[in-house]
Amino acid sequence: MALPQQESTPIFSDATAGTLRLIAYLALAAVLMVLDHRNGWLHQVRYATAAAIVPVYRLAAAPAEWVHDAGTTLTQRRKLVDENRQLHEALLLAEARLDRLDAVTRQNARLKELLDTRRLLGLHAQLARLINVQLGPTRDRIMLNAGADEGVHVGQVVIDGHGVMGQITETLPHASIVMLVIDPDHAVPVVFSRTGLRGIAHGTGDPDQLTVPNLPLSADVKAGDTLVTSGLGGRFPAGFPVGTVTGIQRGSSGMFAEALVKPAAHLERSGEVLLLQDQPDPVGPPAPAPAVGPPASLAPTSATRKPAAAAPATRAAPAGTRP
Amino acid sequence: MNRLRAQGWAFWVAIIASLLLMLMPLPVVIQPLKPYWPALVLMYWALESTDQVGVGLAFCVGLAADLLNGALLGDQALRLAVLVFIALRFRSRLRFFPMWQQALAVWLLLLNNHVLQALIRAFAGAPAMPALSWLAPAVGAVVWPFVFLLLDDINTRIRGKKGPRTT
Repeated sequence: MALPQQESTPIFSDATAGTLRLIAYLALAAVLMVLDHRNGWLHQVRYATAAAIVPVYRLAAAPAEWVHDAGTTLTQRRKLVDENRQLHEALLLAEARLDRLDAVTRQNARLKELLDTRRLLGLHAQLARLINVQLGPTRDRIMLNAGADEGVHVGQVVIDGHGVMGQITETLPHASIVMLVIDPDHAVPVVFSRTGLRGIAHGTGDPDQLTVPNLPLSADVKAGDTLVTSGLGGRFPAGFPVGTVTGIQRGSSGMFAEALVKPAAHLERSGEVLLLQDQPDPVGPPAPAPAVGPPASLAPTSATRKPAAAAPATRAAPAGTRP
Repeated sequence: MNRLRAQGWAFWVAIIASLLLMLMPLPVVIQPLKPYWPALVLMYWALESTDQVGVGLAFCVGLAADLLNGALLGDQALRLAVLVFIALRFRSRLRFFPMWQQALAVWLLLLNNHVLQALIRAFAGAPAMPALSWLAPAVGAVVWPFVFLLLDDINTRIRGKKGPRTT
């Protein structure tokens, strides 16, 4: 009974071989995924093959650009004239604002000099354009046309004209990938500009929403409050708009409130973005003050230091009076 | 010999075009509905000729797609290998289905693929996919007849001597 079965099973054994092969491939894929998840190999492979890959992205983005260009060419002249007029008005307004800002900046510089702050915020920025490709099923990463060869490096902050967009998480020789603020893995230290309350804005994956969890239930937060970066942590420079509060709800634990925030940056619409260079010196505690007082060799010997509590006081007094 | 080479070219051009289509952006509203092009093209070739497409090739195409997509290395490789395996297993039946039944089968295959994707993303700790994307397999099934007819037409033209095959 067993023998005829074996003879009449070329199809069956073929199928088993196929299944075995499938299982082998599945195991291989699983191993790859785990290794990639742990070590981030994919990035290294991508970096190595970037010369071949980046043109593919350009190619994939080309049709969308053609459509856009064709649309632009076909736009009616009247619309262009209107737009031109509006842009002129906007430019005038912007110039006026810039003038004012310029004055404020100069005043600020003077004040900072007065305060002897070493951290004069020199903003060096680099312009980059979006490469319009879709990376993965969700829209929380974008690709820029500047990469490691243009001086971009991981961790740089990306902003547009309206606010913080995100930060560079991956660089290729001529392209780089930005994690947007709406990515659930992303967090920005923020401060509510009306009240000065500090918090951390997390992404939710929803392109129109950030959350600031763990606020006290009694916190003074209202819809319409604006959030700016606080500069804590040293990655994001202080004072860039992050978003506007749209609502407050009780957090999942019920012990804290959670503010819902609409991002200020135009994440879906920006075509050109600015990459901020890192701040020249990271913000940290001030250097320890130089030791003042008489040299250690003049310290009282153990015999004269019997009243231990009094000794520091007597030693500190001459130091304070010294010019 | 020449015919075979031309067919090989047609295969690779179709695969590369499908990868480009996968990367191509669409308006935000219909973005989640985008059908999974590499799967459709691989399925056609799996049904058309056994000697060209195997599980191993699907795996390699999936790896290339992962490399381009930059999500998780091995994710699409696994899904495409499973998809092509199932398609090859039921090949003899699928080939002689009428078109609407074939499209239904394609929908089931793509749905299975989508479930796998959701599982892998859940394991990797990635955020859940937008709800609308569950309609993507249906869109793929609707697109299937057109993909099939287009590729079949190209194929018969290359083969030349045979008349257009009706399914």
